[in-house]
Amino acid sequence: MLSRTADHLYWMSRYIERAESLARLVDAHYRMSLLPHSADTLARSLSATMTALLMEKAYREKHDTVAPKSVFEFVSLDSDYSGSIVSCLKIARENARAVRGSLTSELWETLNSTWLEVRSQAARRAARADIGQFVEWVKERSHLTRGVTIGTMLRDEAFHFSRIGTFLERADSTARILTAHQGDLVPGADASEVPDPYEWSVLLRALSAFEVYRRVYRDTITPSRVAELLILRDDMPRSLLRCCKEVYGNLKSVANEQSSETERRAGEMHAMLHFTRMEEIAATGLPRFLRQFLDRVRDLGDRIASDFLVPPAEA
Amino acid sequence: MASKPYNEMYSSDAVGRAHYTRYTQWLLDQPPERLAQKRAEADALFHRVGITFAVYGQEEGSERLIPFDIVPRVLPREEWVRLDTGLKQRVRALNAFIHDIYHDQQILKAGVIPAEQIICNSQYRPEMQGIDVPGGIYAHIAGIDIIRDDAGEFKVLEDNLRVPSGVSYMLENRKMMMRLFPELFSEHRIAPVDHYPDVLLDNLRSVAPTGVADPIVVLLTAGAANSAYFEHAFLAQQMGIELVEGQDLFVRDEAVFMRTTQGPQRVDVIYRRIDDDFLDPLVFRPDSMLGVPGLLTAYRAGRITIANAIGTGVADDKSIYPYVPEMIRFYLGQSPIIGNVHTWMLRHKEDQEYVLAHLPELVVKEVHGAGGYGMLIGPAASKAEIAAFRRQIIATPERYIAQPTLALSTCPTFAELGLSPRHIDLRPFVLSGRDVSIVPGGLTRVALTEGSLVVNSSQGGGTKDTWVLET
Repeated sequence: MLSRTADHLYWMSRYIERAESLARLVDAHYRMSLLPHSADTLARSLSATMTALLMEKAYREKHDTVAPKSVFEFVSLDSDYSGSIVSCLKIARENARAVRGSLTSELWETLNSTWLEVRSQAARRAARADIGQFVEWVKERSHLTRGVTIGTMLRDEAFHFSRIGTFLERADSTARILTAHQGDLVPGADASEVPDPYEWSVLLRALSAFEVYRRVYRDTITPSRVAELLILRDDMPRSLLRCCKEVYGNLKSVANEQSSETERRAGEMHAMLHFTRMEEIAATGLPRFLRQFLDRVRDLGDRIASDFLVPPAEA
Repeated sequence: MASKPYNEMYSSDAVGRAHYTRYTQWLLDQPPERLAQKRAEADALFHRVGITFAVYGQEEGSERLIPFDIVPRVLPREEWVRLDTGLKQRVRALNAFIHDIYHDQQILKAGVIPAEQIICNSQYRPEMQGIDVPGGIYAHIAGIDIIRDDAGEFKVLEDNLRVPSGVSYMLENRKMMMRLFPELFSEHRIAPVDHYPDVLLDNLRSVAPTGVADPIVVLLTAGAANSAYFEHAFLAQQMGIELVEGQDLFVRDEAVFMRTTQGPQRVDVIYRRIDDDFLDPLVFRPDSMLGVPGLLTAYRAGRITIANAIGTGVADDKSIYPYVPEMIRFYLGQSPIIGNVHTWMLRHKEDQEYVLAHLPELVVKEVHGAGGYGMLIGPAASKAEIAAFRRQIIATPERYIAQPTLALSTCPTFAELGLSPRHIDLRPFVLSGRDVSIVPGGLTRVALTEGSLVVNSSQGGGTKDTWVLET
């Protein structure tokens, strides 16, 4: 497969995943904003989230205060900001269009329809009026895109590079969401202390983990279990371990002559998460653990680009 | 307009042509709401599938649909058989001509075509002199524009031998018609067209450099900003080959490779959809970012096949067009089955005098123009436009040819107020490789503006599905 094609597929999937992650965050915070007496918690959570996602600077250039409505609109609909949901969907579609011949027509049409819908003025107006419905729609489109990918694409390199993009982005996103809430998650913290239920619901809902938590633990929510669920559970689709496992598996399927070191690092990351325990993470300190994890995700992304894709220097 | 154009559907106001009988009956039975709804459906589908073209000179990234008309253009079998034979004959002669021009130049020595018409032609590529290409084929893909005049005769209006486009619309239009009106396809025996990509790939593989057992074919595009990008992506996908850009290819030891995730991979045949000028910055335009440095070295060494070959433009130039019937006689010893449109060459004194005296009746074309640009349509032009063209013709007569204003045939087409006749042409795609073949029909283009003769998509043209009936 052409390196340039692999590059477009990888970024197409990363941006779709990024749009979904943002939609999940907006959705979770939006629900919180509908509850009484949570204005302070909401503003704090929004600030922490924007900081973790490196969005704060761009936001501050346009807005003075962290008001929920303006944050939601900025993150979702601001087409001047390259990190917004609409921008992500546009970039995903541009990448798809550049390699539309390598996609199944079903997948291309799904991505194209999403973009045509986002582009329409009527849709923008409706989104402004009901941001909750808009992010719900973005999540649905992402689910649909993923379903069409899995349901129609040949299990060849195109598929694997697309999956690598999805899971590397998801690993990055989950780690950043955890970073935003790390204060509440310090493992070993006093278990008797009842954390703010609103913050828990944001964190868990943003990662589709609310119902999963109940099912897995059948018990009250504790910081240590939440961290375990989102970091170390192999069966939790958005956990760090699960994402690393998928990245490693797909990377093995596309191995080439120069990629052995990249593969080794991905395998090491997977093994580390697979065999580690919450106590060890606690000993390292969660913030430090997450920082190191994000560094390794970035390193892996750079190495994948230079081994397989279009290296930045050459592009 | 001098005379009444030929109507493809009706021989007179009340009498339909035999091959349209079933269709017109069906059309009468359709409630107008159903047709309106089907037209809207077609629009929505084309948008979703992204069958669009980029418009030059418009805001960057703008993509537009080529309007699709739901009334098909129908050709009876006997008319197609004649066209098929005539087109193959013409393309054989054109390929023989290009081979001759880049080898012994017998046609020039015999005085059939004046040598300076070739040697001084900007489309003549001296770099090609003496290069042998596989099978002696230069124009692997030819799009021959056919019109039907007021007497009902088919004539060739133009040969497109460089990078003819439009075949994806032929294929997509058929898919759309079958989706919208499946019942029509059980009521008629319509020759299928969807094997075009298979035939194309087979042809491209058949012209690989000698000694290559399992040739790798790629399609070279200028990229997603190119007006025909949809077609490039579409054809590459349908053929199952890589869609490459210049940056994906490189030349090493006189061989061409593409950069893949598994390292460099050898390429044997390039179906290129960019012009000669941009192919190799070391030989042609040095500022080209679209091409592959060193490509011509590999080409000259016989290590890569480029389709269409470099230098085919010398045969589809409008100043060479008038000689094509002579080429058929010269190389094949046959008389042409499909004739040319009468053409005045303004480099000739007598022709020039006649044309200058009759400008308001004639169509004047720039010999290197394409896409309907650089054209004067006398009957539709203002006095000022005619005067401007007159000055240009007198200054550089060799840049122009003139033709009678043709009453292109018409076909009923959906307009704002219902069905109304619109002028059409036909572009069949002739493939040459091991053999010469044509998928029945081609792309029918229609001038959507009432009375307009310009069918180009860049100037408000649309398209129709083209049916060749098998019985």
